[in-house]
Amino acid sequence: MKKTLATMALAATMVAGPVMADLVFPSMSYRTGPYAAGGIPFADGYADYFTLLNERDGGIGGVMTQVPECETAYNTEKGVECYESLKGSGGLVYQPMSTGITYQLIPKVTADDIPMLTTGLGRTSAKNGKVFSHVFNFPANYWDGASGVINYLSGENAGDLKGKKITLIYHNSAYGKEPIRTLENLSVKHGYELKTIPVDHPGQEQKSQWLQIRRDKPDYVVMYGWGVMNQVAIQEAANIRFPMENFIGIWWSGSEVDVLPAGDVADGYKAVTFNGVGRDFPVYDDIQKYVVDAGKAAGNGNQIGTVMYNRGIYAAMLAAESAKTAQEIHGVADITPSMMRDGMEALEMTEEKMTSLGFPNFGPAFKVSCENHGGDGLVGVTQWDATAKEWKLISGFAPSDAEVIQPLIDEDSAAYAKEAGIEAGCK
Amino acid sequence: MSDQLVYAMEVFLNGLMAGVLYALVALGFVLIYKASGIFNYAQGVMALFAALTLVGIMDGQVPFAHLINAMFGTELHHFGWHLPAVVAILGTAAVMVLLSWMVQKFVFRHLVGQEPIILFMATIGLAYFLEGFGDIMWGSDIKKLDVGLPQGINAWIDNVTFNIFDYGFFIDNLDIVATVIAAILVFSLVLFSQYTKQGRAMRAVADDHQAALSVGINLNFIWVMVWSLAGFVALVAGIMWGTKSGVQFSLSLIALKALPVLMLGGFTSIPGAIVGGLIIGVGEKLFEFAIGPMVGGATENWFAYVLALIFLVFRPQGLFGEKIIERV
Repeated sequence: MKKTLATMALAATMVAGPVMADLVFPSMSYRTGPYAAGGIPFADGYADYFTLLNERDGGIGGVMTQVPECETAYNTEKGVECYESLKGSGGLVYQPMSTGITYQLIPKVTADDIPMLTTGLGRTSAKNGKVFSHVFNFPANYWDGASGVINYLSGENAGDLKGKKITLIYHNSAYGKEPIRTLENLSVKHGYELKTIPVDHPGQEQKSQWLQIRRDKPDYVVMYGWGVMNQVAIQEAANIRFPMENFIGIWWSGSEVDVLPAGDVADGYKAVTFNGVGRDFPVYDDIQKYVVDAGKAAGNGNQIGTVMYNRGIYAAMLAAESAKTAQEIHGVADITPSMMRDGMEALEMTEEKMTSLGFPNFGPAFKVSCENHGGDGLVGVTQWDATAKEWKLISGFAPSDAEVIQPLIDEDSAAYAKEAGIEAGCK
Repeated sequence: MSDQLVYAMEVFLNGLMAGVLYALVALGFVLIYKASGIFNYAQGVMALFAALTLVGIMDGQVPFAHLINAMFGTELHHFGWHLPAVVAILGTAAVMVLLSWMVQKFVFRHLVGQEPIILFMATIGLAYFLEGFGDIMWGSDIKKLDVGLPQGINAWIDNVTFNIFDYGFFIDNLDIVATVIAAILVFSLVLFSQYTKQGRAMRAVADDHQAALSVGINLNFIWVMVWSLAGFVALVAGIMWGTKSGVQFSLSLIALKALPVLMLGGFTSIPGAIVGGLIIGVGEKLFEFAIGPMVGGATENWFAYVLALIFLVFRPQGLFGEKIIERV
C-alpha cells in the first residue's frame, strides 16, 4: 500500500511538472488585545492588497502570493514566537507593526538573511543600511515625524518658533521615547522650550498629565501615543479647552479610532502622516471589484479608506513593489528572502509609478539605497474634520530636517554597530 | 497663597475624583469576595462586557453579526433603532443578571467546596472567555458611549476658585457625576445589606456558608444575586470609564487600578473600597505632582501599589477588612 501511494505521488509530480511556490508575505497582526482597534484595519488592508494582486494580476510576476497570519496581540514575546513559527513558511519580508518586536527581531532577521520592513516605526537608526543590512524603515521614521511636526509648526509661525512652549506627551515605552532626543536637538536650533510628559501603559487615566499641561499653558502639544492613550488624551485636551488645532500627533495617534470617541470636540486635531487618507484613489475601485464584491476581503469592507487600512494597503504595496524589483534584479520570479532584501534596497517609488498602481499622491516619492534604508523622510499633515468625520491632508509631503536627524542616525547606528560587533559597509 | 499650594489643592481634589472612579471598580470585587470568598479576576472584563452590551443595545447593533454574516452570507449589522440610554441600561442590567445566572450554573456551582485558588483560576478563565465572547458578540472596534453625562470643566468651580485664588480649578463634570453616583451606590448597597431580607441573607452567607445553609438560605440564589449586583456595579464603572475613553478592550485593564484600592481598603468592606479609592487617588496624584517631575514622571501606576504595600505592612487585612484569626 505504501509503495502504491509513493508511486502515485511521484507520478503526479512528474505529470504536473515543476511547481512554483507562492510568494509568502507573512502578516504579524494583532486582532486581539488593547491595540486591536488599530491592528485589525492594518491587517485587513495588508491582506486585501495581496488578494487584489492575485485576483487581478495573477500574483506578482506570475507567481501567486499568500499572506499567512500570526496573532501577536502587540506582545513582544508573542511577536518573536510568530516570527519563529512563520520562518518555515519562506516569508519574504516581515512587518512586525510594533517597535518592541522590531528591536527583538533585528539580530534575528540579520542572522537569518530575511529582510524586515518597519514602515513608520521601529529603530529609527535602522535607516543606516550599512549597519542594519536587513532592516528597512522607508518612507519615514519617528524622527522624521518629529521633525515634520516642528517644520509644520515653524511654517505656522512664519518660520519663528523662538520662545514658543511645546510639550511632548508620550507613551512611556521605547516607541514613545524615540522623538525626545530629536525634539531636544531641534529645540536648540529653533529656540523653542520643550517639556516632556510620559503616560504609562495603557493610558486610561491621564488627569495628572493634563492638569500639568493646563498649568504650563504650552503653545503646542505633540503626542506620541498609541491605543487608548490617544482617545483619552484627545478627550482630556478638549476637557481643559486646549485648542485642538494646536494639538498634533504622530501617525500612530492620527486615525479615526483615536478621534471618533471624543466626538465633535476632536474637530481640528492634527496628525502627521506618510500615507494618503480617504478612499479617493483608483486602487480602491479595483479592491471593491476584485476583493470586496468577490467576497474575498479580509474584513467586512467597512474599513476601506480609514487611516490604518490605508497604511496596511500602503505597506503591502511597498512590499509588492520591492518583490517586483527583486524579480527584475535577479531575473527569476520565484525569489528568496535574500533576493527580496536586494529588491528592497533598490526600490524606487516615483509619483509616476504610484499613479500607475492606482495610488496617485498616496505617499511620498523616495529612493532606497544601501546607505539609506529609510527614504527621504517626507511627511505630510492631516487634520480631523469632525463634521464630515474624515481626515484631510492639509499639507504636501515635505522633507524632514536631515541636518539634525542624520547626525543622530549616524551616532545611534555606530553605537549599535559597536555593541553588536558589526562592520559597517554595503553588501 | 503660593502658586504651588494652589496647584496642589487642585491636584488633591482631582485625586479624590479619580479615587471615586477606582472605587467604583473595586466595589464589584468586594461584593463578590464578601459573599463567596472568590477574588473575581473577571471584574474588569465584566465592566468591558457591560459597556459593550450597553452600546450594542443602544445603537441597535445585531449581536454576533460578523459570525452570522460569515456563516450565512447575510449582511446584518443593525436593527435600525436607537434606544434611550435608560432603556438600554435596563436591558444591559438584565443581560448582566442572565450572565450571573449562567456563571453560577455552569461554573461555580460545580466548584463548591474547592480551594480558593481553584475558584480564582476559574475567574481567570471566565475573564478570558468573556473578553473573546464580547469581541465576537459586539466586535472589537472602539465604540463611542454617550448616555448624556456631562463632560469637561465645571464652569462654576472654575469661576469660584478663580475669584478666591486667582486660578480656576479644573474639575471634570463627569467626575462630579461619578462621585454622586458612587455615593448613591454605596448608600444603597449598605441599606440593602443591612435592612432587607436578601441583604441579611447575603451577610449570613458571607459569614458562614454552612450555617447559612442550615437555616434554609438558598446559596445559589444569593450567589446569583451577588454576581448580579457586581455586574450592575461593573456596568456603572463601564459607563463612567467608557464615557471617558470610548468602549474598547483597554477598559478591562481598569481592574489594575482597583487592586491597590482593595489591598488598602480591605477585600470585605464596601466603605473600605471608597476610602481606599480616595487614599489611592489622592496619594498617586499628589506624588506625581510633587515628586514625578524629579524622577521623570509616570509614577502613578507603581506608586499606587507602593502606597498599598505600606498600608499592608502595618495592617494586612486592609484598613476596613476583617482580621483573620485562625486558632489551632
